[in-house]
Amino acid sequence: MSLRDDQIDRYSRHIILNDVGGKGQEKILASKVLIIGTGGLGAPAALYLAAAGVGTLGLIDGDRVDLSNLQRQVIHFTPDVGKPKVESAREKINAINPDVNVITYQDVVHSGNIIDLISQYDFILDGTDNFSAKFLINDACVMAKKPFSHGGILRFDGQALTYTPGNACYRCIFVTPPPKNAVPTCSQAGVLGAIAGILGTIQATEALKFITGVGDLLTNRLLIFDAKKMNFRTAKVKRNPKCQVCGDHPSITELIDYEMPVCDLKKA
Amino acid sequence: MEITINGDKATVDGVKISVSDLLKARNVDMPDMVSVEVNGTILERSEFDSTQVGDGDEVEFLYFMGGGR
Repeated sequence: MSLRDDQIDRYSRHIILNDVGGKGQEKILASKVLIIGTGGLGAPAALYLAAAGVGTLGLIDGDRVDLSNLQRQVIHFTPDVGKPKVESAREKINAINPDVNVITYQDVVHSGNIIDLISQYDFILDGTDNFSAKFLINDACVMAKKPFSHGGILRFDGQALTYTPGNACYRCIFVTPPPKNAVPTCSQAGVLGAIAGILGTIQATEALKFITGVGDLLTNRLLIFDAKKMNFRTAKVKRNPKCQVCGDHPSITELIDYEMPVCDLKKA
Repeated sequence: MEITINGDKATVDGVKISVSDLLKARNVDMPDMVSVEVNGTILERSEFDSTQVGDGDEVEFLYFMGGGR
């Protein structure tokens, strides 16, 4: 693949980066990224990955745009209220960058569809809002040996972790979903909208680093962001040989659909 | 004893303290929403009572964050 003149222009700020260059941009254009959830995390991630020229962007979300989404889900605009989120996101991505092939799934991930979905992509970005999906995505990516970026936000805080096969997975750290009644969903707890932008953009950065092979991924480190103190730190974590899914003798060999509350003010 | 908690040094009364008691002493209001790492190893929730930490140990309280939409 060689870059067209308009692409050399469009991606010039990538191409002049020594670490990326024309070769790196070609890798981005040839890459396939699946964004699960086009909400607070998925929206900024999708915007940046579209602008970067990721060749194929898969978007999966079963929801429609709600007025309460617009405080943080920056890919959706006021006239989009009521529209399927994946359609709203597709329109913006097409407007930003016609190089991107957008594949939409108006659906949610579950144990029956996730392996088939993720197997079609190079990198998976978890932008979901509930532990059921987060553990499912982790377990599926471990089983299918797919790299993925975990992101989570709550109130003024956020966290991120990148999984690649052989390194610590989400379950190595968080083991099992917390009890249902202990979970503050973001509608119960709230979230400063800009926090979603910070974490979603970190996830997009990890996807681009993975695709281009630049730098050190956020593997074996949980990034913890505290907006009140405006502090970023990483906690060292490691693969747990006793992990139920990626350990030496995994006890989880089939995907689990946990029942979990989701982030919806109207249902909360 | 002086323990490092989430990267910061913290002085805690006594010579040893269980992880369960440390969570209480540090006013962690929802211990169910915390995963605990001691000196680089994630604990099972069932080990919170039996695991003692003391001077020089490094403890991480890693909070579950389920939001994303």
